[in-house]
Amino acid sequence: MDFLRPDTLAEALALKAQRPDAVPIAGGTDVMVELNFDHRRPAALLDLTRIAELRSWDSAGGNGDGGTVRIGSGVPYTRIIDELGDRLPGLAMASRTVGSPQIRNRGTVGGNLGAASPAGDTHPVLLAGDATVEAASTRGTRLIPATEFYLGVKRHALEPDELITAVHVPVTRAPQQFAKVGTRNAMVIAVCSFAVALHPARQRVGAAVGSAAPTPRRASAAEEFLSAELTSANQWESPKPLLDSVKRRFGELVAEAANPIDDVRGSAAYRKHALSVLARRTLDWAWRDYSEKVT
Amino acid sequence: MRVNVTVNGEPRQADDVWEGESLLFLLRERLGLPGSKNACEQGECGSCTVYLDDTPVCSCLVAAGQVQDREVRTVEGLADGDRLDPVQEAFVEAGAVQCGFCTPGLVVAAHDLLDRVPRPSDPEIREALAGNLCRCTGYEKILDAVRLAATRKADPEAASR
Ligand SMILES: Cc1cc2nc3c(=O)[nH]c(=O)nc-3n(C[C@H](O)[C@H](O)[C@H](O)COP(=O)(O)OP(=O)(O)OC[C@H]3O[C@@H](n4cnc5c(N)ncnc54)[C@H](O)[C@@H]3O)c2cc1C
Ligand code: FES
Ligand code: FES
Repeated sequence: MDFLRPDTLAEALALKAQRPDAVPIAGGTDVMVELNFDHRRPAALLDLTRIAELRSWDSAGGNGDGGTVRIGSGVPYTRIIDELGDRLPGLAMASRTVGSPQIRNRGTVGGNLGAASPAGDTHPVLLAGDATVEAASTRGTRLIPATEFYLGVKRHALEPDELITAVHVPVTRAPQQFAKVGTRNAMVIAVCSFAVALHPARQRVGAAVGSAAPTPRRASAAEEFLSAELTSANQWESPKPLLDSVKRRFGELVAEAANPIDDVRGSAAYRKHALSVLARRTLDWAWRDYSEKVT
Repeated sequence: MRVNVTVNGEPRQADDVWEGESLLFLLRERLGLPGSKNACEQGECGSCTVYLDDTPVCSCLVAAGQVQDREVRTVEGLADGDRLDPVQEAFVEAGAVQCGFCTPGLVVAAHDLLDRVPRPSDPEIREALAGNLCRCTGYEKILDAVRLAATRKADPEAASR
């Protein structure tokens, strides 16, 4: 096995072009488990932790509503929580639920995307919040909408010579929520998870499920139903408490977006039920919060 | 491959390190520092917790090659010569150590907490130690130890009386 240690992004991209079989390692919280248990014997490891460009974020895209934060793929969860929680509430909320302090000190969004597990906690938030994945190779840089990134169980849209360099996450003061079901508060792989994001400027609602289908996915029918409902009732300008029938229908549509399996963590039926509950509950929190801000 | 790393303030070198091996293996098997414990090798138990550049991490999940030119501080590096760190003393006195297997990781995690938050609330202590499992104590004595260490650190005079 080779251990490749680039100091700059340019070097890393050149190495990845020469050695498409090299497995990138950032925080190592997924890769090292596979190595320790002999589940994986890559020909080479490509260490990304020495590359300063990947370990910083910038808000050149604007700090207020409508702006975008570009987060280097190697920024660990702890820093996202501490440094970006005010601007990226959904991502910070999901980050707080990842593993334990030790895991959050090391694990990265780039690694969550690279692993592309259907249970990864950042995915529903990136989908609901309209985030974009930045990928680079010696051929150039491209932006992949989160909606087009997840292709199958642990499969994503990167080419073999590409690395994830950043995620671009829209800044918002509007409420976002994330919730996951698990057996305890720490160190839990989601049985199922759900994220909701309100986009008042565009009069739209984002909603996405995790751990409930081969890939994380948007709950498009639920998004459309609720967006239309809110707009037609002029709710964005003068919010009123949501009708139970609206919340219930939203929950049903979220559950319908899922295509879960039975496994050791939970049955498909339980996951669907839990998702409809999470959807109603998180919508309720987000909407109350929005109503207080507007009035 | 060769790895050069500063461990507990001293420059160290290890040769013939396997490229896929963990920092935990490097510390225990090559550098003679068995304080960090190996229980799960998958980040679940925290018994291998060390500081990497001042941040607590599971050493079983860091590739040995990733610590090249960096600084590691293990449980062996917390005491000041023969004088235990206040966190270590508090663990002994509060009865927070039974079999002791989880202790090194918990001591490092608690040490980091008290550096960041000198007077933590109980929820803050629980949150900070959520990545460390103990099969013996039931955790209550561990919480006692962290509270005791916080009090002592806040008032070092009281500690020496
Ligand atoms: C005890 C424990 C608890 C956990 N709890 C959670 C949890 O609650 N929620 C959750 O979502 N996850 C959890 N995880 C999984 C893991 O911590 C996350 O997926 C984390 O985000 C991975 O980031 P990393 O930097 O450590 O990735 P790494 O392990 O370094 O890499 C993960 C994958 O991504 C690839 N990769 C990394 N960086 C890049 C890049 N820049 N470009 C292209 N590919 C890249 C790697 O090749 C690898 O395939 C847990 C893991 C452990 C060990
Ligand atoms: S041995 Fe590293 S966390 Fe258990
Ligand atoms: S004292 Fe035995 S595991 Fe904690």
